[in-house]
Amino acid sequence: MLKVRVIPTLLWKQFGLVKGVGFDSWRRVGPVLPAIKVYNQREVDELILVDIVAHQSEDDPDFESIDEFGQDCFVPLTVGGGIARIDQVQRLLRAGADKVCVNTSVYVRPELISEIAKRHGAQCVVASIDVRADFGGRDWQCFSHAGLQPTGHKVCEWARELEDLGAGEILITSVERDGTLQGYDLQLIEAVVSAVKIPVIASGGAGTYQHMVDAVKQAGASAVAAASMFHFTEQTPAGAKAALWAAGVPVRKPFLNSDAAR
Amino acid sequence: MRVGVIDYGVGNLGSVLRALEELRVAPILVTRAIDVHAMDSLILPGVGNFSDCARLLVEGGWTQALRDEVQGEGKPLLAVCVGMQLLASCSMEGADVDAPDGTPGLGFIPGRVEHLRRLGCSLRVPHVGWNDVTISTKKCGLFNGIPDGTDFYFVHSYAFVPEDPADVLATTDYGMPVTAAVRRGHVWGTQFHPEKSSRAGFRLLRNFIEAPRC
Repeated sequence: MLKVRVIPTLLWKQFGLVKGVGFDSWRRVGPVLPAIKVYNQREVDELILVDIVAHQSEDDPDFESIDEFGQDCFVPLTVGGGIARIDQVQRLLRAGADKVCVNTSVYVRPELISEIAKRHGAQCVVASIDVRADFGGRDWQCFSHAGLQPTGHKVCEWARELEDLGAGEILITSVERDGTLQGYDLQLIEAVVSAVKIPVIASGGAGTYQHMVDAVKQAGASAVAAASMFHFTEQTPAGAKAALWAAGVPVRKPFLNSDAAR
Repeated sequence: MRVGVIDYGVGNLGSVLRALEELRVAPILVTRAIDVHAMDSLILPGVGNFSDCARLLVEGGWTQALRDEVQGEGKPLLAVCVGMQLLASCSMEGADVDAPDGTPGLGFIPGRVEHLRRLGCSLRVPHVGWNDVTISTKKCGLFNGIPDGTDFYFVHSYAFVPEDPADVLATTDYGMPVTAAVRRGHVWGTQFHPEKSSRAGFRLLRNFIEAPRC
């Protein structure tokens, strides 16, 4: 049976990891590499690493840093931030990324998703959508540029469009819940889960293990992502998995063998 | 022991090379088909679209080199993800609509690669994440020290259905049985990514490098 993934999200700005509230008020968390090493040693299910300022310039992603970060990562690594062209995807995969996460550039040129899917397979593209409640509180509007620019797109329509273009997964983030530790926007997650047939990763607002259980059992998420909860509280991915397991959600068990693997 | 990782233009090569280095194997990135000859064993990685990968294998002269060295000389081969699917006779991924048999693969293990939906899967596709494998009762060194039910990392939309069920080494359950690993003689394939399956994956790679004979 497929397991529900618990995914720490690492937001990276210039020299280190940061975390904000509502995509603002960034706090320094620490250097990137030790964080990746620790998560890797603890056998997290997957990691998402996003350069949150990359969209501000037309420069290439920082391939050298990604290469360094990938050195110690033996679980799946999804890399995002500033990806606008297919050749950048190839270089990121060479540098140690396993999947790429696209967001802002797709509003300008949606074909990017089809190009990546055709070359590297749909499973390689994670389409990230950042939303805020809008339209009189009855729907959610998609925002580009790290949650700053309104795009006019409604979330479910946009998610379906990205799926049709060839996205392999949707990473859905509520900007308003981000960093609040108040819980995922379950209605939002459920709406997106119902709108598409590809896996949906819930993001934005996780503060307790129960929030993760709710995102899976109530809203139907295939995976749960969290940042502040792991950075700023005593809660861990292993603890999250134990809580999910206790709630009847299938999670990956650590590998045990009689003769040491390494 | 020269372990060659085939660089035919696609694939998460960085991840594969690093996993091998972690096992203290110094992998050799093979960028020209002519160099396949100098390797003791081979790894065919894969992240990509079957028809693009198959075209690159043919254009780069890899198809012939692999036939000579793997089928001819009997060198061990481990093919991963799309690499495993390339072992098949053909795949429907990216195939022309007027080609009922799809795109030809290497044909080392007879069988077809079909979309999970077409095979009857009603769950979300792609199949992404950690899933436990059921290892065939036939003893095989590739899974030495790896208990039945161990989780490995999968990410795929198409699946390999070998013609001869005896070629299936392991399966996983995604609303239906899905081929997780294949084997015919000294040719192995895994649908999951051992290089991204943490310690379980390291163990499997080590087993391959120590060339399981059974």
